[in-house]
Amino acid sequence: MNENSYPIINLEKITYSYPGGPPVINELDLKFYHGDRIGLIAPNGNGKTTLFHIIMGLLKPASGKIEIFGKSVREERDFLDIRRRIGLLFQDADDQLFSPTVLEDVAFGPLNLGRSKEEAIEISRKTLNFLGLAGFENKITFKLSGGEKRLVSFATVLAMEPEILLLDEPLTGLDNQTRGKIIDILLNLDISYILISHEIDFLAATTKQIYTMENGMILSDEKAYIHKHDHIHQFGTIPHKHM
Amino acid sequence: MISEPFAAGKSKIHQVDPRIKVVFATAYSFIVAFSTQFPALFTAVVLSFLMVCLTGLNLWAVAKRLVVVNGLILLLWLILPLTYNGDSLLHLGPITLSRPGVILSAQITLKSNAILLALIALISSMSLVTLGHALSRLKVPEKIVHLFLMTFRYVFVIENEYLRLVRAAKIRGFRPGTNIHTYKTYAYLIGMLFVRAAARAERVHQAMRCRGFKGKFYSLYRFPPKSINWVFSSVMTAFLIGLLYLEIVF
Ligand SMILES: Nc1ncnc2c1ncn2[C@@H]1O[C@H](COP(=O)(O)OP(=O)(O)O)[C@@H](O)[C@H]1O
Ligand SMILES: [Mg+2]
Repeated sequence: MNENSYPIINLEKITYSYPGGPPVINELDLKFYHGDRIGLIAPNGNGKTTLFHIIMGLLKPASGKIEIFGKSVREERDFLDIRRRIGLLFQDADDQLFSPTVLEDVAFGPLNLGRSKEEAIEISRKTLNFLGLAGFENKITFKLSGGEKRLVSFATVLAMEPEILLLDEPLTGLDNQTRGKIIDILLNLDISYILISHEIDFLAATTKQIYTMENGMILSDEKAYIHKHDHIHQFGTIPHKHM
Repeated sequence: MISEPFAAGKSKIHQVDPRIKVVFATAYSFIVAFSTQFPALFTAVVLSFLMVCLTGLNLWAVAKRLVVVNGLILLLWLILPLTYNGDSLLHLGPITLSRPGVILSAQITLKSNAILLALIALISSMSLVTLGHALSRLKVPEKIVHLFLMTFRYVFVIENEYLRLVRAAKIRGFRPGTNIHTYKTYAYLIGMLFVRAAARAERVHQAMRCRGFKGKFYSLYRFPPKSINWVFSSVMTAFLIGLLYLEIVF
């Protein structure tokens, strides 16, 4: 897959079910290497968000092994370090932005990481500028438009200077202009990421591999040969139908 | 939608350190609330009105707020003079107006208006966010301040969720009436609202943990020292002493 030989995220036989429900994640394996850009496309309810939450340690799998950055992680304590190195962009920006003003929200992460106020403000301003949000510092978060909220959420994640990004449907509900902006940002970032989206074109533009999820497992392009016949298009190894 | 029409402004009062405004607004309100003498109360109304003028607020918008409160006070005027025990002031046929009742109503009217005007001038002239940070600097417990700020933040989200639920009911032909079906539907709506609010709280907490939240909040707000703070404090102290003097001497 990539230059480095060991995966920075390595999930082995992870199983998870919500209380009283069937397994949503079932013996799932995932190897994610430095420099990878993976797209994840699957119908709603197939456990994509759940998978992200397991990687962040927000949900505890019933069984299986999680190794991140070469270390096995189990306890809440182990995940504290993981969370500063992996940034998760939530599906709903209203979950992510809880501070009244934009600057406070973006500075929240850096402050938690022990930065001084001045440093936190400096980092936040830089991040906002990078995302084209200069001048948004003192805006009230809930008065932002949907697209602005998404971009500010993105800023709150980037301000933590993560090594890996997990992006949960970053384009849903956005207008074309903001979509274009997010695609540009992703292409300009030098960072590994996993991207959940329902739009194959978006994934084709921003990722190197596209996986899908089925029955609580990830099907990568090597495994998922549902069909093989004479036509050419990108990512033809993803299960799909021609009608 | 809650709006903060008075928070933006460039007047001298807007520039005063919010903490000082909170302290004086509190002290002023207490003194007015405990005053009983009419000279003191009339002076308080005038002083409060002066503060509003100094804040440069739109007097029409201020008046609209006063109308709401005075509507309630009008009810007191209808009830207290007729029901309060004491010597009578006036007989209008079968109706007797009691003197203490009228005095009490007048006191309440003056006090409410004086306090309301002062709060509009001193407290509404800052955003709720600033107020939250001022409270936290005044050593109001952090949990209360954050409860206050988070409530402010999520009231809108929850309002939107409520409107979505109502819309969902409406587009399927729901018409409220006085019947079991209506009560049941409202019970479901409110129940759903609680469930969603709880789920939302859970996700917000997860998002906070993802950003390294360990139970401590940091405030970025700074309140730099300014000369206007001293001017404001001196004037307000003079007001307070003046009111106390009027209250005690008369
Ligand atoms: N908090 C929860 N409690 C119970 N079941 C849940 C919860 N969140 C998700 N699920 C269930 O788990 C499955 C996968 O959900 P999710 O990971 O959100 O899917 P996706 O992100 O792929 O749409 C769905 O069937 C959903 O109903
Ligand atoms: Mg999802």
